[in-house]
Amino acid sequence: MKKSDEHVLSQQFEIKGGDFSNAGKTSTSIKEILQEIGIDTSIIIRAAIAAYEAEMNVVMYAQRATFTLNITPEKLCFKVEDEGQGIDNLDMAMQEGFSTATDEMREMGFGAGMGLPNIKRNADRFKIFSTPGKGTSLDLTFFLNQDE
Amino acid sequence: MSQYFHSIRIDTEKCNSRMKCLRVCPTQAIRIRNGKAIIIEEKCIDCGECITACPNNAIVPLTDPFIGLTKFRHTVALPSPGLHAQFGKEILPKKILPGLRNLGFDDACDLSPTCGEVSFAIQEYLRDYNGPRPLISIACPTVVRLIQVKYPSLIEQLIPIELPREVAARELKKKKSRQLGIKESEIGIFYLTPCPAKMISIKQPAEKGRSYLDGAISISDIYGPLLSALEEVEKENYRKDLEDICILGMGWAMVGGICRTLRIKNSLAASGIPDIIKIFDDIERGKLRNIDFVEAYSCPQGCVGGSLTVENLYISYNKVLKLIETLEFEQIKACPDIREVRKRFKENYFLIKGKFEPRPLKPLDKDLAKAIKKRKEKDDIYESLPKIDCGICGAPTCLTFAEDIVKGEAVLTDCIFNLPHKFADLSQELSELLSKFASLQPIRPNISKTLNNKDKK
Ligand SMILES: Nc1ncnc2c1ncn2[C@@H]1O[C@H](COP(=O)(O)OP(=O)(O)OP(=O)(O)O)[C@@H](O)[C@H]1O
Ligand code: SF4
Ligand SMILES: [Mg+2]
Repeated sequence: MKKSDEHVLSQQFEIKGGDFSNAGKTSTSIKEILQEIGIDTSIIIRAAIAAYEAEMNVVMYAQRATFTLNITPEKLCFKVEDEGQGIDNLDMAMQEGFSTATDEMREMGFGAGMGLPNIKRNADRFKIFSTPGKGTSLDLTFFLNQDE
Repeated sequence: MSQYFHSIRIDTEKCNSRMKCLRVCPTQAIRIRNGKAIIIEEKCIDCGECITACPNNAIVPLTDPFIGLTKFRHTVALPSPGLHAQFGKEILPKKILPGLRNLGFDDACDLSPTCGEVSFAIQEYLRDYNGPRPLISIACPTVVRLIQVKYPSLIEQLIPIELPREVAARELKKKKSRQLGIKESEIGIFYLTPCPAKMISIKQPAEKGRSYLDGAISISDIYGPLLSALEEVEKENYRKDLEDICILGMGWAMVGGICRTLRIKNSLAASGIPDIIKIFDDIERGKLRNIDFVEAYSCPQGCVGGSLTVENLYISYNKVLKLIETLEFEQIKACPDIREVRKRFKENYFLIKGKFEPRPLKPLDKDLAKAIKKRKEKDDIYESLPKIDCGICGAPTCLTFAEDIVKGEAVLTDCIFNLPHKFADLSQELSELLSKFASLQPIRPNISKTLNNKDKK
């Protein structure tokens, strides 16, 4: 048990809803960690996109969230658990182009309704749970040994 | 030979570790080891910040000396628009080019018409492009290196259109070899450069192709001699001399110049590495998808602020601006024929030969499991450090110092805040040693006994 523990890197980041001036910092930190430990560039690109979209959804639609990063030599996992309004209709939210973004958000370049579909496309495993009125959580996995 | 060519060298004789370079380096590529600055090659992007910062002139750009061009049968000087920015509208290219010939070049050519053609080619490329936006200019080699090292996902957004100096050199070689009846290899084309970074793009192009240029000479080296080699030209020809200048080309000397002269609406221009990093972070997150074109320069205000220029960068920025305004006011559009550019564009005349590849930094360890472990150690070490980035350990920040330790390139006691611990450990050791020594005395006779016993055997 001890031996495998030292090869697991876990890190937690707090994200605040509505905090646009710090938006994106978590995904940048995550990208830098992945670069430092030498994850394959193509995986970093996919993971960074997913992390950013997940982070932005928290900033735009939730109160707060904990973003947990877990890396083992085999896989990379993101868990984003937020407290917020939750999603009423998950099937709808997963559709490309569906968005409830406000006009202000659209002005800032968000609200294309591409975030969740993009996360799903880029992750090797994608799980989403949501309780309306309570919050949403995302569970993403990226496998690091692509040839296996 | 090392993997990466760099255009900067540290003169260890002159370096007395003043740490200015350590603090300005935007990629944390410098360390002080044994009282001298060293450059970590894979991290260096050749921006030249350290050259400007060093109070001892101990960091030298590796440009070519301006004497000794004799290796070639025919030499051509190709000044960067940055050279014209040193003089502005007072001394026009029409006067500068003969001055360069007086200095010993067989010929000197104005690059601005080719810059103009390339501007048009970029416009053509932008129009037909359907991939992720914005597209990013490759005019500044430092910016291209930054993307290769830190923003691999943006590589496909680099515009694969050859640089004006390369197109010009390629065509000049063809033309001259035909005219003079000599081999292309006997013609030496020298770029007059505002920065050392252009040197690396000649010696080791980012896209792994080959350069058509044979060397680069620093503008600061040639400026003095050039001033005294300038001849008077008649004043009444001023308007005609202006007409020889391509307004699109002059834009290449300063930040925002390409966008302005091309009139690209959705464009963004930025200079200085810290600002560029902010913009690239935003692009990477997809925030700037509504922008078509980004012009980014490592040096403040663009190439006018290059570390090998002479004039104050705001003055030369203003000089180019005034020159462009004069050309606009006089309605001079001595520009390349757009139809001709379109035709050549379709024939791939402007397309870059090689391909840009990512150049990621070495990870903490080649083995992923070990890298993860080291990354955790790095966090722990960092937490134990004072986090004041004093630099005495030889690393620019406490965080880079922690990284150096897990990579085995530094030890914790290099940090002066860990020295008391070191002294405590040392004095502990010393007192143990002393007490051992004291208790050794009485056993001495025994030792001689055992020795005697041995002797007997
Ligand atoms: N964490 C969340 N909490 C509450 N609602 C969410 C959350 N994430 C997504 N949604 C809802 O799902 C919709 C679709 O999300 P998605 O990320 O796909 O698009 P978007 O954020 O609206 O636009 P884009 O991501 O393209 O800027 C959002 O408009 C929002 O209504
Ligand atoms: S901005 Fe211009 S002068 Fe400065 S490094 Fe880039 S290319 Fe060289
Ligand atoms: Mg979204």
